[in-house]
Order: sequence, then structure tokens, then C-alpha cells
Amino acid sequence: MHFIVCIKQVPNTIDVDIDARTGTLKREGVESIINPFDEFAIEEGVRLKERTGGKTTVITMGPPQAESALREALARGIDRGILITDRAFAGADTWATAYTLARAVQTVGAYDLIICGKQASDGDTAQVGPGVAEMLDIPHAAYVKNIDDIGNGSIRVERMMEDGHDLIEMPLPALITVVKEINVPRPPSLRGTLAARKAVIEKWDAARINAAAGNTGLTGSPTQVIRIFNPPPRRGGEMLTGSVEEMAEGLVDRLKKVKIS
Amino acid sequence: MTHQIHVLPDKCIGCGLCVAPCPYGAIAMTERPGHPKKFKLAVIDLNTCTYCGACVDACKKFSAIRMIKDEPARLDANPSLYRGIWVFAEQRHGEISPVVYELLNEAGRLAKKLDVPLSAVLIGDGIEAKAYDLIQSGADKVYVFEDPVFAEFQDDPYSDVMSRLIEQEKPEIILMGATNIGRSFASRVAARIHTGLTADCTGLEIDLATRNLLQTRPAFGGNIMATILTPRHRPQMATVRHKVFKPSPPDPSRKGEIIKKTVDVTQIRNRTRFIEFIRDTTARVNLANADVICAGGRGLAKPEGFRLIEELADCLGGAVGASRAAVDMGWIPYSHQVGQTGRTVSPRIYFACGISGQIQHLVGMGSSDIIVAINTDPAAPMMKIATYALEGDVYEVVPWIIKKVKKAKEQTV
Repeated sequence: MHFIVCIKQVPNTIDVDIDARTGTLKREGVESIINPFDEFAIEEGVRLKERTGGKTTVITMGPPQAESALREALARGIDRGILITDRAFAGADTWATAYTLARAVQTVGAYDLIICGKQASDGDTAQVGPGVAEMLDIPHAAYVKNIDDIGNGSIRVERMMEDGHDLIEMPLPALITVVKEINVPRPPSLRGTLAARKAVIEKWDAARINAAAGNTGLTGSPTQVIRIFNPPPRRGGEMLTGSVEEMAEGLVDRLKKVKIS
Repeated sequence: MTHQIHVLPDKCIGCGLCVAPCPYGAIAMTERPGHPKKFKLAVIDLNTCTYCGACVDACKKFSAIRMIKDEPARLDANPSLYRGIWVFAEQRHGEISPVVYELLNEAGRLAKKLDVPLSAVLIGDGIEAKAYDLIQSGADKVYVFEDPVFAEFQDDPYSDVMSRLIEQEKPEIILMGATNIGRSFASRVAARIHTGLTADCTGLEIDLATRNLLQTRPAFGGNIMATILTPRHRPQMATVRHKVFKPSPPDPSRKGEIIKKTVDVTQIRNRTRFIEFIRDTTARVNLANADVICAGGRGLAKPEGFRLIEELADCLGGAVGASRAAVDMGWIPYSHQVGQTGRTVSPRIYFACGISGQIQHLVGMGSSDIIVAINTDPAAPMMKIATYALEGDVYEVVPWIIKKVKKAKEQTV
């Protein structure tokens, strides 16, 4: 079987500090990482390969530096990495990104399952996975917390809902977006890291994936960001004082005023 | 459409004030050894720049960054053909999701501004009676699709009917709840009909001159806010989270039109098979809907600490949450995790017990109305932003809070 994993390189918001003076993100020296949810997608791809035999390909749409994210994925056991990169892709919203990734997948060729992380930690939209599925005209299930079964041309998954989960069966090829509950990603092995360092990462541009100019990047984006601003900072409140009992009393009094307890 | 942006070297004094406001890290300062005053120069990476204009704003004093945005010649879609606002009336197990009533209220406000009707789209099985609830809560029209194939949400059949209805009726705006269903469904529809979709909006407004919907939402885990337009495509689609807007009280005297749509099942594709729904019986109260959340973190020091958190949650009728640290240590299942890689919540009160308040936890609960922080460290980030901060040991403070809450309840009974 052939599994394709789609990942994104994002800024590491864990390390990011807010500049107290300007209230903005301190971006100097902030490293780029694989989007946290994509780590689970990579791990699931490797597990599926181990479970069913077959091969795995990881792709990402990004600037040249995104190559390092692909190498990290290879170090974790993915077989092949392809960087989809072109100036024309810059500034893409979720529609244009889904279009570009769909064209890239079609260029890769036959596959059984596409695995994406639920959402990226910079855009936080969770839109690209389902968008890619739609553009490839394949079924999808989002928020997958477990793959119960795969084989014989179909896949059965547990789709997480707010009140439990749905058991869904889809024919392959299909796409899933995964949540943290699905697995525990393994760290890269030494052998994997050495192999990843030597691996050749293919680079595909717009022409290679046959992407129409009007559908990629900023030009191809139906949504436009017109303004970026800082959210009003959350100001601190009151530090309650006194003995433990007094603090508890003070708290409950204040909460009563807002009609909670 | 080609935008242009460049730094004017004569005006740039190398102060670097443009670097931080760029949400994409596209600006770097480079040395200019030849410069008489040795000023650095700001350099914009065009591969990364999205022409959002944050740096232009930041350089108001020196006007050293010039951006020229190519204005679109005309709308891709003929705008005058698209009229009306829709709310997707998500239902689950035959019940309308609470977010729908919140959206009807907000959509009603926007519809008044645009002077257009507000409609609801209801898809399900044996669901028609719910249309009256939607009308009472603000819908002028309700499109109803009923068939066993729609009983449980599945992307294929729902996307088919929604896309066709959009083509027929041409709404200018569609709002959906940013639920697990809504986010998946909206993404698929927007991709199919080739339009813009903005996720998790926290603010909506109308620009009357253009009839554009101004969609405001957080990005970078909530560290910045962005205002987004869908200028050239229709309908403009947006998802909104539960509890961002308030529902209005239902008005039983309201009248509206119920349009029952005929469903030709042979024309509807359905590739997925819904096998069954397994309810989560472990969670006492649904985190997403909870008015009160009591959360525990590393400061609990041991898994038994969650018994105490549960006790607090029980006496307040709340849900139990946890920081990533507590989940990673195996003290509580992942379904309770609040934060960047867990759930985003916005309860009325959030009790943070022994949670220091790392940014990736804060982004998951920072919009709570009231934050109560209990920590032995008064300088912890959570203590600094809390509405009420209590410095102390969770195992001493929380039992007292439980006592006082129970006493307060006895007094009101």
C-alpha cells in the first residue's frame, strides 16, 4: 500500500515570547518545527507501513527551508520526501494550499491513504485536509483518533466528536486528519537520522505539478488578510490575601456576585 | 494580481521596529557597512511575505516600507446575484447544536444591516419539527432536507445537498458552528464551490459599501488577531465557535417559511458508511459546553490530585480539564487536555490548579470569562493573568473552596 503524509513547517510558538513593550510575538531566533499535529500523522504513516507493508511519501508546500521538516520526517521512517516549492505558492490561503497539495498528490501517482494532521498551529483552521480530499474527489474523515482496520480497499476509523466518537468506514483511496490521541510518535532513530541526512529531497515547482497560476499562492486565494493586530492583552486581576480559609471565602463571595455558586 | 512591497533604503534607519510585528518572520535586519551612520537595513523575504501590511503600520514614523496592493478588477462572482445570510442548523442525534442559536442571533444582526432575509439549512431525518425552533430564534426561512441517509452527519451527502442549494439560491454569507462537524463540512463545501472560508471567527461585521463580511479571528495560537475578507468570491463562508456569540431568547410569535426540499437519493453520493456512535461515558460534563471548568496541572504532583479536582468540578457542576503536563504524565486521559494540542474552551469560570500557564495552555483557555488560579508560585504566568489569584497549596486551598461553595449552596436553598 502507499501512504502519503502531508505536513507543514511552522514557527515554534512554544518558545515564542510576547514582547511586553509592543505586545507582539518576539520572532527573532524562533526556530521552525514540524506542525505538532503532523508529528502524529508521520507516526501513523510509519505504523501503517509496518502494519501492512508498502511505502510512505511525505510532502509539504513551503519555502526552501521547509526541506528540513521533510528530513525530520524521513528520520522517523518515511521513505520519500518531496518539497512542493515555488514563489507562486507564497501567501496561499487554505483553498490555494489545498489546490496545490492536491495537484502534487496527483503528480505523485497512485496512493491508498493520505494522512494529515488535524490543523496547523499557525493558521489553526483545520481546513486544508478536507479541502484536499474534496479536490481529489475522495472521501475523508477528520479528527481520527484510531484506525480500527485497513485493507481490502477500505478503512475503518474512529472519528472523534464532542460527545464520543463515530465509527466510520470509507473506501480507499481516502484521506484522514488525525488528532493527538491516535498514537505516540517515536523519536527519530540514529540510523534514520543518518539516512535522512543523505537522502535526496525532490523539489517540485508549479510547472512540475501542473498547477494553474490563477489557483496558487496569494493570487489564487479567495480569502485575504486585510489587517493584523494584537489582541487586547489579558490584564491581571486580584491577588486574594489572608489565610487559606479567608481566601476561599473571598473567592466564593466574588463568584456569588456573578451568580455562579 | 501582483502585490509589491519594498523597503526604501533612504528612509530606513535600521530601528528594527518592523521585525516583531511581522507574524510570518519575513523581515530581518542586515548590516550596511557602507552607510554613513552605519544604519542597518530591513530586508523583506518575498517568499514568506503575505502583504498583510503589519510592517507598514509599524513603520508609520519613517514610512520606510511601501506596499502597493493590486486591487481586483471585478468580483469573480456577480455580487448582485448573491443575497441573503444562511446558518447551517447542525443537528446531532436529532438535537440542534447550541451554537446554531448563537449564530442565528448574530446572523440576524448582520441580516438587518444588509437588509436581507436570514435562512437556516436543516439536514437530517425526522427533524422537521425543529424548524419551528429555528424560526423562533430568528430564521425567516428554513430549508429542510429529510431522509434516512442524513440521519447522521456524513460529508458526502451533506456536501452534495448544500452545494446544490447554494448554487440554486445563491446566499452571500453562510455561517456554521466551528464544531467537529462544522469545520470538516464547511471546508469540503468551500473547496467544492471554490470560495473563501474563515475558521473560528470571533468577530463579524459588515462593510456596507462593498457588502463584504469582515471576519476577525485569532492566529498563531491566539497570539495575534487577523481580519479577513473574501472580496471576490461568493458566498462568504465562516465558522464560529460555541459561546463566542450569545443566543437570543426565542420568540414564539415569530413567523417564518419552511421549505421542504425533495430529496432524490439516487442523485446523492454517499461513499462512507456510518457504523455506530459510541458515547463518551467517562467525561462528566462536555468540556466544550461547560460553563465551569476545573483543571489540574503539574502542580498537583500526583495523579490522585485529580480526585480533588473532580470533587471541585462536581460541586460546581463543571467539567474537568488538564494541562498537557498532567496528560503526558498519564494522570488523566487526553480528552481532558486543554491547550494548543488539546481543546480550546471558553467557560464562564476556569479554575487553574497547579497550572503555571505556559503559552500553549493559555491559548486554549485564555478567553474564559473568569480565571481563578491556585498556585504556590505567585509569579507564574497564570497567576499574573488570573481574575482571582490564590497563592497557596492546591491541597489546602481547594478543599476550603469546596467547603465554602457547599455552605453557600445550603444558604440559598
